[in-house]
Amino acid sequence: MLSSLGMVFASILILLGSAFALIAALGLVRMPDLYMRMHAATKAGTLGVGFIVFAVAVFFADLRVFVEAFIIVVFLLITAPIGAHVLARAAYLSGLQLWNLEQDDLKGCYNEESHILDNEPQPAAGKLKHVVN
Amino acid sequence: MTDLPLFFQISVYIGFASVAISLLLAFIRLIIGQSLADRVVALDLMVVLVIAFIALFAIARQETVFLDANIALALVAFLSTVAFARYVEWQRQQSKTKETSHA
Repeated sequence: MLSSLGMVFASILILLGSAFALIAALGLVRMPDLYMRMHAATKAGTLGVGFIVFAVAVFFADLRVFVEAFIIVVFLLITAPIGAHVLARAAYLSGLQLWNLEQDDLKGCYNEESHILDNEPQPAAGKLKHVVN
Repeated sequence: MTDLPLFFQISVYIGFASVAISLLLAFIRLIIGQSLADRVVALDLMVVLVIAFIALFAIARQETVFLDANIALALVAFLSTVAFARYVEWQRQQSKTKETSHA
């Protein structure tokens, strides 16, 4: 079994992780558009689960458990950004607009059929007066 | 679990409670949705939260075998997200080709 210092460390990790998970779910419900929801859910959710799985590794203090926890955390950290990117790209290409958007720099840059970026995004010079004011 | 110190038990229970509340909030987003992509994000977060729940359960039962289920879940979550993203893109292209064929 574990020393009491390890117990304190594991319980701090559990509390941190569950707080991040709660923040992620709250952001998923309260944010106004898909991209912001994704921002909350992917990053805070992954961090929260990472903390909790690390707490498991600290709690059991065993090499096999540590390796398993490491595999889980690394896999989540690799796949979460890729999944979010793929989904956000699909959502943008299917025509979902950002919330409160004044100007879409990427508009017309993607090829309609092949979904490949044809030309680099150019910020429109005439529409920058919002930024200056 | 009763052989563990009280503060540790309390923090594990707080962890269970907040993960359960997060699952409920993600489920609300899954129902109200608005678009398919929103529902996919909610499902993705729900799988991640289930991973956290199983990890907490492994601590509560003091059994390490539950972590194997976690590895499998982490793998499947990514595959389902990518598959759904492909579907969102494909659906849009299908509706576009339908429009052009009608016109």
